[in-house]
Amino acid sequence: MPIRFEVNGKLVEVEVEPRTSLADCLRHGLRLTGTHVGCEHGVCGACTVIVDGVAVRSCLMLAVQAEGSQIRTVEGLSDDHALSPLQAAFRKHHALQCGFCTPGMITTAHALLSEEPDADAARVRDVLSGNLCRCTGYIPIVEAVLEARAAYQAQDKGDRK
Amino acid sequence: MKPAPFDYTCPATLAEAIALLAAHRGEAKPIAGGQSLMPVLAFRLAAPKILVDLGRLPDLGGILIEEDGVRLGARVRWRDIERDDRLRRAHPLLAAAISHVAHYQIRNRGTVGGSLAHADPAAEMPGIAVACDAEFQVAGPSGERTVKAADFFTGPLSTVLAADELIIALRLPPWPSGRRWGFEEFARRRGDFALAGAACFYDLDGAGHARSVHIGIIGACTRPHRVAKAEALLEGRVVDEAAIAATAAAVSEAVDPPDDLHASAAYRRALAGTLVERALRRAAA
Repeated sequence: MPIRFEVNGKLVEVEVEPRTSLADCLRHGLRLTGTHVGCEHGVCGACTVIVDGVAVRSCLMLAVQAEGSQIRTVEGLSDDHALSPLQAAFRKHHALQCGFCTPGMITTAHALLSEEPDADAARVRDVLSGNLCRCTGYIPIVEAVLEARAAYQAQDKGDRK
Repeated sequence: MKPAPFDYTCPATLAEAIALLAAHRGEAKPIAGGQSLMPVLAFRLAAPKILVDLGRLPDLGGILIEEDGVRLGARVRWRDIERDDRLRRAHPLLAAAISHVAHYQIRNRGTVGGSLAHADPAAEMPGIAVACDAEFQVAGPSGERTVKAADFFTGPLSTVLAADELIIALRLPPWPSGRRWGFEEFARRRGDFALAGAACFYDLDGAGHARSVHIGIIGACTRPHRVAKAEALLEGRVVDEAAIAATAAAVSEAVDPPDDLHASAAYRRALAGTLVERALRRAAA
């Protein structure tokens, strides 16, 4: 069945089977392969995307349920020219090795810091507990997210003015 | 795995949704947040012919705090409970228990009604419903009915809900100020399903004795339940170390936990007692 939603600011129409997950729709239907599929049953967090402002697991959502939504994937979080604050912090802190979990880490952290720019280390750890990393370990990832807060805090102050 | 193929429909009214469920006689499944159903479909533990999406039904959301208790609409998400500051006073046990539900992304989509209907014995919302003597508001082809929480859950992933019925709301009785309470659970990773959990509360009479003792268990059971024997033991007593130890021992003896790859029955039995002990200590503090 045909569905329409907005991905990274662009309205798209795509044909899916009802059983197609949002993750598979993004990857196979729209060729947005930055979203990774790890476990396919909502345990690993690798497929996290942002739907209507909140982080969700795109393997636990049907593409048909995204009708009319605004979706941001990891591709929509940078402008291709300069590193985003999260990307720069991940690079600086060596917060990735194989990189498989990284898109999910970045989308999750972006959603968190957009809503809670002052999140403390305990909150960041709590939120990232839903994203499995099996090589780097969480210390550099948490450090990177904490460092990226400054950019989101500045943005938050700017918005309030 | 990919789910087996199914049809999909997204009705605009409750009556239409129930009619669709009734017409498909057990071959249809309702879906809201999908945070329990999607893994079940992915593992092909269920293969419904059609999914009825509740996402566009009006009036299923909303947290109402009234004189006669707290009403949670079926489509209220964990995120909504977590961010409702009123609930910390109106129902602190609910707020504390829900802070243990799953992980960040799941909390953004998972719903009260979905968790209740899924009926995982280790899930927090069913446990709180039973511990607090909540009432389920259920709608079906012949209208609405009310089901007591103690009667709702019949076993692991099993409830009295008919295939053409939907949970509309959960109503928790009012929470008196001054009520003593504690919630404890243990999972190997925060956000994972609990190996066991305990929700305990009581009121204090003028002489400092525990009254209206409620002790609810999740995880170390095939369905969430209250432990009547342990409650009776504590009723009317001063909640001191001796009373807590006796109550915890009674809980360990009374529970009938499953034995699986996550933990042995013996471990869960001991854990249930320990968690009740911790919850009561917190309540008495």
